[in-house]
Amino acid sequence: MTFNRKILASSIAVAAATLMATGAQAEMSDDAVRIGYLADMSGTYRDLAGPGGLEALQMAIEDFGGEVNGAPIEVLSADDRNSADVGANTVREWFDTKNVDLVSGLVASSVAIAATKVVEENNGLAIVSGSAASSITNEHCAPTHIHWVYDTYPMANATAKAVVDQGGDSWFLLTADYAFGHAMEKDVTEVVEESGGTVVDSVRHPFPTTDFSSYILQAQGSGAKVVGLANAGGDTVNAIKTASQFGLTQSGQQLAGLIVFLNDIYAMGLEATQGLLLTTGWYWNMDEESREWAERYYERVGSMPGMVHAGIYSSATHYLNTVEEIGSDDPEAVRAAMAEKPIDDFFSRNGRIREDGRMVHDMYLVQVNAPEDATHDWDLYEVLSTIPAEQAYRPLSESQCDLVNN
Amino acid sequence: MTMIFGVPLMVFMGQLMLGLINGAFYALLSLGLAVIFGLLKIINFAHGAMYMLGAFAALLGLQYLGLNYWAALLVVPLVVGGLGMLIERFILRRIAHLDHLYGLLLTFGLALIFEGSLTNFFGVSGSSYPTPEALQGGVNLGFMFLPIYRGWVLIAALAVCLVTWFIIERTRLGAYLRAGTENPALMQAFGVNVPQLITLTYGFGVALAAFAGVLAAPLYPVSPTMGSSLLIVVFAVVVIGGMGSIIGAVITGLVMGLIEGLTKVYYPEAANTVIFVVMVVVLMLRPAGLFGKEA
Repeated sequence: MTFNRKILASSIAVAAATLMATGAQAEMSDDAVRIGYLADMSGTYRDLAGPGGLEALQMAIEDFGGEVNGAPIEVLSADDRNSADVGANTVREWFDTKNVDLVSGLVASSVAIAATKVVEENNGLAIVSGSAASSITNEHCAPTHIHWVYDTYPMANATAKAVVDQGGDSWFLLTADYAFGHAMEKDVTEVVEESGGTVVDSVRHPFPTTDFSSYILQAQGSGAKVVGLANAGGDTVNAIKTASQFGLTQSGQQLAGLIVFLNDIYAMGLEATQGLLLTTGWYWNMDEESREWAERYYERVGSMPGMVHAGIYSSATHYLNTVEEIGSDDPEAVRAAMAEKPIDDFFSRNGRIREDGRMVHDMYLVQVNAPEDATHDWDLYEVLSTIPAEQAYRPLSESQCDLVNN
Repeated sequence: MTMIFGVPLMVFMGQLMLGLINGAFYALLSLGLAVIFGLLKIINFAHGAMYMLGAFAALLGLQYLGLNYWAALLVVPLVVGGLGMLIERFILRRIAHLDHLYGLLLTFGLALIFEGSLTNFFGVSGSSYPTPEALQGGVNLGFMFLPIYRGWVLIAALAVCLVTWFIIERTRLGAYLRAGTENPALMQAFGVNVPQLITLTYGFGVALAAFAGVLAAPLYPVSPTMGSSLLIVVFAVVVIGGMGSIIGAVITGLVMGLIEGLTKVYYPEAANTVIFVVMVVVLMLRPAGLFGKEA
């Protein structure tokens, strides 16, 4: 594990201008508040959170003033390389030797689930911003973590429902052949059928797949009105690009992306993605407040922030505000106080933390712009409707979380 | 409607066409590998990275130098091939006398370095390269809608494979090359500059990979990891065809494309594994590969 330690040691960064601590107050656990940022910094999910998320975290700390109740705020970061083992070991070490108070970032669902288990064992606190799996606050829920930005439930359900409502009542599903894809396929099938549509056929493709031409041809042959993509990341990108080359949308079929991020759309370009419906937790160009933050981020990072970047800033700010207010960084006390306050900032509207740890907030159904409608490179979405916070996420009545009294 | 094993004839024909196109890609990439292995005995794990560099060079050339697609098809293989020659001359040559394994490790390391550095600058989501205007749109073949660009890929890849085969098997230069790798000392004695020949050959193999990269740029997102996923499949194709057999690499590439294409219709879950299953069977029955000579 020396390799790991080296990475850790070299990636420890002291946040912001080091305002001298004027003597920590007695309630703080030690002389500093330490936030550990764990994310995929170099692999498939790098652009989704990665170095940009770390920058967003730094921004939150700088905007907060670099210290809380006289104690400096420090940031540690590590690359989990999308490995649950690496992630869990890193977090364990942070608790054992670095006195980390909050674990932030957390992207690949497998890493997030493993890391939050370690957080629970250590009675710490984690805020999951990048992961998709709704199980994080369902069967894997714990009093020691909060899921902030989005999960598979609103992403799949809202999009599928909206598409059926607009007349897309027969579906062909393109499913990634692993646990996440199967779960997604099941969820979407339920929503489509409940809304009055049918799933005529589906094909399960290996994960990952580069060449989707064969599957797209099968989708074209199925006669379904909508081709739903129950996959993520590179697979979604490749499927959408291929569909565009084979004239899928021109021949009258519609694509529905179920887990699509801003950086995916940017990478594919509007030509290939125009008209795609998707759900997002935030969009940088949705109002003045969001634009203002996004432009500050853009100046530092060189690309526009996605919802995960914004969510990392929002969650860190809410955490620091709470620590300051209650004058303590005790995880249990902070967690309880965080849930008592509504969360309304540039990212979160009508937000609150439920007892299962799910931060519910307004979500948005958006449509990808046509190239001729975009005024510049990052003018990617048009917001069609707002999905109210209380309807967007899996209702507590269906929850399998032990923390919920059902 | 006529059905073939429960699949409508039209869909079946469409899938065969797609299989052929993917096969042409495999053929082009495995050809470069086969040339480098067959003539230089280098197991070139950097081949995927060179393919990726080809796609990136096309993208960056377009963005910063206004280099259009057709120019890129010509210029990029030359530039990346030149880089390949530098690598051979200054790095690979130093370990040429050692076991093949060292060459494998070295080229693998180089591939990781190229991938890592580009990831640092460009991220992994990739960027899209526009389809050249002359090749946009598609034609209705009656049984499928074929994007014109994919048709072009098939023709261009097959043409390059044919020319390469011709140069190596039917020209005097090709004869020198084959002789030089068979018995370098004797060729030196005849006054042929064998080290130079080796450098050129490596450069040529790399240029083939870069050419494939430019062809791929409008099809797939141009990203630093695009080569590593393809490389393993291409290696399997070379092993099935017989390490070092030029014609074997081309034919096997096409056939594997077809087999993979049909698997995607009849049992899509196995589409990523079918080539390796074929590889295992071939290795058990004919360890030297379908077209290889028994050692």
